Amino acid sequence: MGQLFAVEIIYRGVFQKNLAKNITRGIVLAAHEEGKWGISFGRYGDSPERNGIPAKSFAIVASDEETLQLGMAHYEPEQVDVTVVLDDTLCKGFESWAWGGLQSVNRAVKPGGTLIVTSTQDADGLLKLIHRREQPYKLGIVKGIASSSGMWVYKNDHTEVRVLGAIAKALPELLSLKSLENYINNKLKDELKATSARTAYERFSTVEIKPGQGNPEQIFHSELLKWEEMGAGAAIKGQPQGGPIEDPVTHKMGGFRPARNDKFKKYTTRSARPVVNFQTCTKCTLCWLNCPDGSFDVTPDGTYDVFLEACCGCGICEAVCPVKNCITMVSEVQFHDNDSQWMAFKKDKCTYLEWLQATIAPAPEERTHGFRYRGQYEEQVPQALEIAQKS
Amino acid sequence: MATLTVPVKEQKKTYEQEALITGAEAIAVACKLANVDVVTAYPIRPYDTVMQYMSQLIADGEMDCEFIVADGEHSQFEIVKHASVCGARVFSGSSGVGWMYAMEVLTVSPSLRVPIVALVGNRSLDDPGAFGVEHNDALAVRDLGWNLVWVDTAQEALDTALIAYRFAEDRRIFVPVAISCDGAFLTHSQSLVNIPTAEQVKQFLPRYNRGDLLLHPDNVISVAPQCNEDWVMEIRRQNYEVTERAPAVLKEVYADFERVFGRKYGNPFFEEYMTEDAEIVLFGMGTLSTPVEVAVRKLRAQGKKVGFVRLRWFRPFAGAEIAKALERFRAIGVIDRDVSFGSPDLSGVVATELRSAMYTHASTRPPVLDFLCGLGGREVTVPDVEKIVDITFQAANGKPQPLTQWIGLRG
Repeated sequence: MGQLFAVEIIYRGVFQKNLAKNITRGIVLAAHEEGKWGISFGRYGDSPERNGIPAKSFAIVASDEETLQLGMAHYEPEQVDVTVVLDDTLCKGFESWAWGGLQSVNRAVKPGGTLIVTSTQDADGLLKLIHRREQPYKLGIVKGIASSSGMWVYKNDHTEVRVLGAIAKALPELLSLKSLENYINNKLKDELKATSARTAYERFSTVEIKPGQGNPEQIFHSELLKWEEMGAGAAIKGQPQGGPIEDPVTHKMGGFRPARNDKFKKYTTRSARPVVNFQTCTKCTLCWLNCPDGSFDVTPDGTYDVFLEACCGCGICEAVCPVKNCITMVSEVQFHDNDSQWMAFKKDKCTYLEWLQATIAPAPEERTHGFRYRGQYEEQVPQALEIAQKS
Repeated sequence: MATLTVPVKEQKKTYEQEALITGAEAIAVACKLANVDVVTAYPIRPYDTVMQYMSQLIADGEMDCEFIVADGEHSQFEIVKHASVCGARVFSGSSGVGWMYAMEVLTVSPSLRVPIVALVGNRSLDDPGAFGVEHNDALAVRDLGWNLVWVDTAQEALDTALIAYRFAEDRRIFVPVAISCDGAFLTHSQSLVNIPTAEQVKQFLPRYNRGDLLLHPDNVISVAPQCNEDWVMEIRRQNYEVTERAPAVLKEVYADFERVFGRKYGNPFFEEYMTEDAEIVLFGMGTLSTPVEVAVRKLRAQGKKVGFVRLRWFRPFAGAEIAKALERFRAIGVIDRDVSFGSPDLSGVVATELRSAMYTHASTRPPVLDFLCGLGGREVTVPDVEKIVDITFQAANGKPQPLTQWIGLRG
């Protein structure tokens, strides 16, 4: 048997779809420059790529065609040499379609393999999010914001070739820098990109992550039913109605929290979450009415609290809220739980409001996918450039 | 050990270029090379990759055709049916329930003798909403006069699309061909494909000439008028005649394909993998060949003499040839990526068909077991195949086994 390599790209659909595809294609074509064979494909189940949905793309490369077939025999590789995460908010774990629970981003990385994350954070910051595991691995960062490079409205910022450069450094047996440069010069015909790839290659380094290092949270898992346990006729039981919420201070019951699906939580689609100012809320109901996922609870006070396990971070609530800074979308990287904001507010209003101000102050630019207003992308370019030059 | 035939992978390097494309994209490239005149499209996964890629080729100025986005699959196939009668080389396609929505047109197309070439990106027939591979969609037209072929790789998809045009547009045939590509595993996986030159394709594929059947002001004919019990049986007999001729024409086309492109497909109807000294074989269609071939190599290393026969053309079904090829094995394990509810022994379509052929043409009676596996896009895994081989060996050794079993089912 010859050599066999697998690389997995975890990204947010649909904004990063082309970026992910361009990277896996680049891997196969660059490796082919040195005579290797490969295939590139996306996880088909992820393909109806809704706004921000976590998705995967793969490159399988082998020294010969028979070995490649061995690597193709399992559609989604169980183990990979390199995992690339194109949006650091995914480091909290993500839920794929047809999976049943959450996956950690380092789940498939072989012992001693490499996890590459594009992020402005450092390794310590990321390890607060990335789940711990038994086997050691290496973590490397390609500095940058979550890029949508390759999407037609988004300028190509070279993230694709920078990641390829990092992969060439992490796994030279898969593709050498020379092959990568040949591929970029011959196929992409872009000298500047070749320079970017080389610079990324030179700058890329990794840190060893020891067993047990990282986020201690137990990852959510749900078992799928056996055929004889399922209801006939593709019928699914509805949720019970739900009921009132208890005020943590007065212990009075009031408001309404609908029961929600405990098997599919969908919050990992979220790259930013709504942060609510309960003091300025006018109880206008617009967030509650417009939320496509029914993720708002009615509190006993008549205000609206986000049930964060059900929120996919679309930002509609922020868009429809008529009160300035009453609902603000804030990047997901700085949160480590899904606890109720209203409970925190009720328990200690002053602390909550201080926290709120500090949290929303730098917020607007940090949304990691999509744009909040026309022209935001143009504003981001110098910032992205600065980050890339500093690293 | 006897020499083992592995399908020919080394080929004469006469191609124009190499591209990293999916199976569906490979079919789009074939359409470009075949200089297709009319294409109709309507989105449904996984077929839609072909229309996306084709519209890109058109936008890039690489391809020129009438690209019509229809208002549904029924219209999609109506339009190409009419265009084909008017002498246009046509392409269309769909998947799963989209294909079923076109059913009325699919039913009449063979009788009207229109050589439509279609891609079926195999998809399970939802509800419940699902888009993984299952073969029941394309198989739904198996009794209607369509030719049905299952391909395995993007390269085979490209080659088979060219073969399909040559075959369907042969004056002796003039009936449609549906090329089935397994959803996801083939339609969405990009692999390296050799693209032939336009010159080669020109040499292989003559212009579509409908002759006296052309609907044109200079050739005044009326197609498909109302008729009753006085005509239908004769029309059926004409289509039946086509199915009698089809195998010989197909062999001719494959031989000429090899002459022009230098790529060998051996027997057009099925492909044998490591069968020479095999005691048992597995039998199936499409991309399940990948895990099956890997498992076969693994089991051979353990001394188990197992082979694999991949069925390529389901219609025409080369019953006699297949039975003759399979009668020498002690047991046969069929992997069906489909179900035929209520069929004899509650099996899948392929096993039922094979048993019928074996009963008529085989001189021996090896047990033909059926395994329903990989439905709705579920993977056929290497351990699944090992389990299937194990059960088939038990049957070969005289231990009776259930005729149909579910593999890879949760439960």
